[in-house]
Amino acid sequence: MAALHVVEAVEPATEPAKKRPPRKIRAFTIDDWFSTIGSLLASLALVWIVYDHILDGSGILGFAVCWYMAFLIVYAAVASVSNPRHIVVDRMVTVSLYIAAAIVIGALASTVIYTFFEGWRAFVHANFFTHDMSAVSPTAPLNQGGILHAIVGTIIEVGIAVAVSVPLGVGTAVYMTEVGGRGSKLVRTVVEAMTALPEILAGLFIYVVLIVGFGMSKSGLAVSAAMAVTMVPIIARASEVALRVVPSGLREASSALGATHWYTVRKVVLPSALAGLGTAVILAIARGIGETAIPLICSGASSFLNFNPSGVPMNSLPLFIYTAYTTHEPGAIIRAFGAASVLLTMVLALFVAARFLLRDKSARR
Amino acid sequence: MTSTIGAPSPLVPFKRKEPRLLLPGLDPSDRIFHGTARIIGMFVLVMTGAIGIFLGYQSIPTLHHYGFHFFTQTAWQPELDKIGIASVLVGTFEVALVAMTVAFPLALMLALFITDYAPKRVKSWLISAVDLMAAVPSIIYGLWGFYLLQPQAINLARWLSQYFGWFPLFHVDTDANAAVWQQSRYTSSAFIAGLAVSMMAIPLACAVMRAVFDQAPIGEREAAMALGATRFGVARTVVFPFAKGGIIGGTMLALGRALGETAAVLIIVSPDFQIKARILEAGTQTTSALIAGYFGDATKSQLSALLTAGFVLFLITLVVNTGAAVVIGRSRSGASTEI
Repeated sequence: MAALHVVEAVEPATEPAKKRPPRKIRAFTIDDWFSTIGSLLASLALVWIVYDHILDGSGILGFAVCWYMAFLIVYAAVASVSNPRHIVVDRMVTVSLYIAAAIVIGALASTVIYTFFEGWRAFVHANFFTHDMSAVSPTAPLNQGGILHAIVGTIIEVGIAVAVSVPLGVGTAVYMTEVGGRGSKLVRTVVEAMTALPEILAGLFIYVVLIVGFGMSKSGLAVSAAMAVTMVPIIARASEVALRVVPSGLREASSALGATHWYTVRKVVLPSALAGLGTAVILAIARGIGETAIPLICSGASSFLNFNPSGVPMNSLPLFIYTAYTTHEPGAIIRAFGAASVLLTMVLALFVAARFLLRDKSARR
Repeated sequence: MTSTIGAPSPLVPFKRKEPRLLLPGLDPSDRIFHGTARIIGMFVLVMTGAIGIFLGYQSIPTLHHYGFHFFTQTAWQPELDKIGIASVLVGTFEVALVAMTVAFPLALMLALFITDYAPKRVKSWLISAVDLMAAVPSIIYGLWGFYLLQPQAINLARWLSQYFGWFPLFHVDTDANAAVWQQSRYTSSAFIAGLAVSMMAIPLACAVMRAVFDQAPIGEREAAMALGATRFGVARTVVFPFAKGGIIGGTMLALGRALGETAAVLIIVSPDFQIKARILEAGTQTTSALIAGYFGDATKSQLSALLTAGFVLFLITLVVNTGAAVVIGRSRSGASTEI
């Protein structure tokens, strides 16, 4: 008992001086909570009642829009009861921002979930991953045929495109950040502009040069070349950012020790930017893997498994999705969604890898 | 000795020593390295130029044959020798306009939310989500727009045409008030295609805006806070003025993407070659969807016409994207990190 008394007596004296949690600056008071939730409920009730009169039978989307409008009006009214104007404006902006973020994330989530939801009927069949579509008609049941040829085609095409575009992209970034010179500013502007080059123009360009000009046939190799055209600027731009954040002190230290510029870049700059470079490549792959217009122009949709990228048409996942969609057969649509799920899984896997790379870097620092 | 240090006497002129030569010429390996890097950099430049030159060269026969009519003719009927891209260009800009009308406010608000409002833990997840959104293939947004969004969006389209049909953009040539309304008049429109394209425009614009918002000077933010500004007050008086270039540039970059978007538009719209302002009505056509849709079974002369359309698209996107790159480049601060 006595010991306890001592503790109690000592504690108030030392506690405030030692550890006081920092005061919360942006506290949400009870008043705020009630006005927000109250407005939400009030607007919901209001829209519930009058909805049929404004937007007769226009579905969930119309209801959501009405609720949003009503909520903003009600919330503004509630907030202006006890607050000056600039605080009312701030509150309105805050809720609008939260709702905008929810809309965008909701749209993204609905895309991902809907694709998997529609696609699962195709990929519960194992043959979907182990067979191709040769001698299988689009109307055939789902336990026949599969997308192995499209998966293999995508992997081969992207692999070649990566092998071509990584040296070019990273080399351009090195030129912009390490070498510099008169042309580097122009190159930076052009690279920035090229990152948004429509994929179909890259496809047309390769078609004109390689297929019309050099007489190459429509093939996976042409697709890879066009993919590389779109991937180089993406890699270059993202790698440039990664190289730019390498502290210049490291470069100076290396130079001061007598290393040549090339040695500095090879042994100091590139290794310290490795995580950023990896992320750049992954982002570019994620972009290239989903390009639809390029295979549509540079390769035909074959229905059989094919490991040879040159000379013969090669299918890929986006092209498979598109051709399956154009048949408008219910079974083919399910296959399209199945292929879309596989494509999305690949993109998601790349993203997890990118996040892992970045986290690894921040953990090491 | 001391006199020369304190004040050099006029009799003994201060002798300037030639500075030691620091760069006795580059090491051979560096010369190769610099040369290679420069060649690679120039290669990217040449590649862009080559895209324009090759497409331009291929479009000479078409422009020679049709002349200026190529830009004023609305129909695309090769069998009647009537080929033009007037309606297609209008459609391209309509879809992009819808996409940007939706994407600009959402991207701006999302970017501000990420930098100034979101809790720290949510922030990094939101950034990843935006990156992921940019990486989702456009054909998947096309399927999403066609099968999930369209059945919902046509109701909204009908409501707009019911109450705002007097405005030419929202007019639809059908009886909007009919008890059994013609749903097919509202499907496959520029409006729905624009909504799907906005999903690709949002992350692009948002990423640029977010990067610039993050650079807004912290001192000025704190100063505004200390003067009693609300969070929106800080955004309005500090962040937005600082990030004006990034906002404009990001929007232009997203516009360039929206103008050239292919797969999603190809899936959603039904081809229609007439100039019309009625964005809610079924049928429109964009340049990239025209090329992709008609490429498969084109004869040699049609191919040239499609390549000409591609050349026009190239010029448009090049102007928009380069403008964006210049604006963003100007607003960039700090070329490197110092320690």
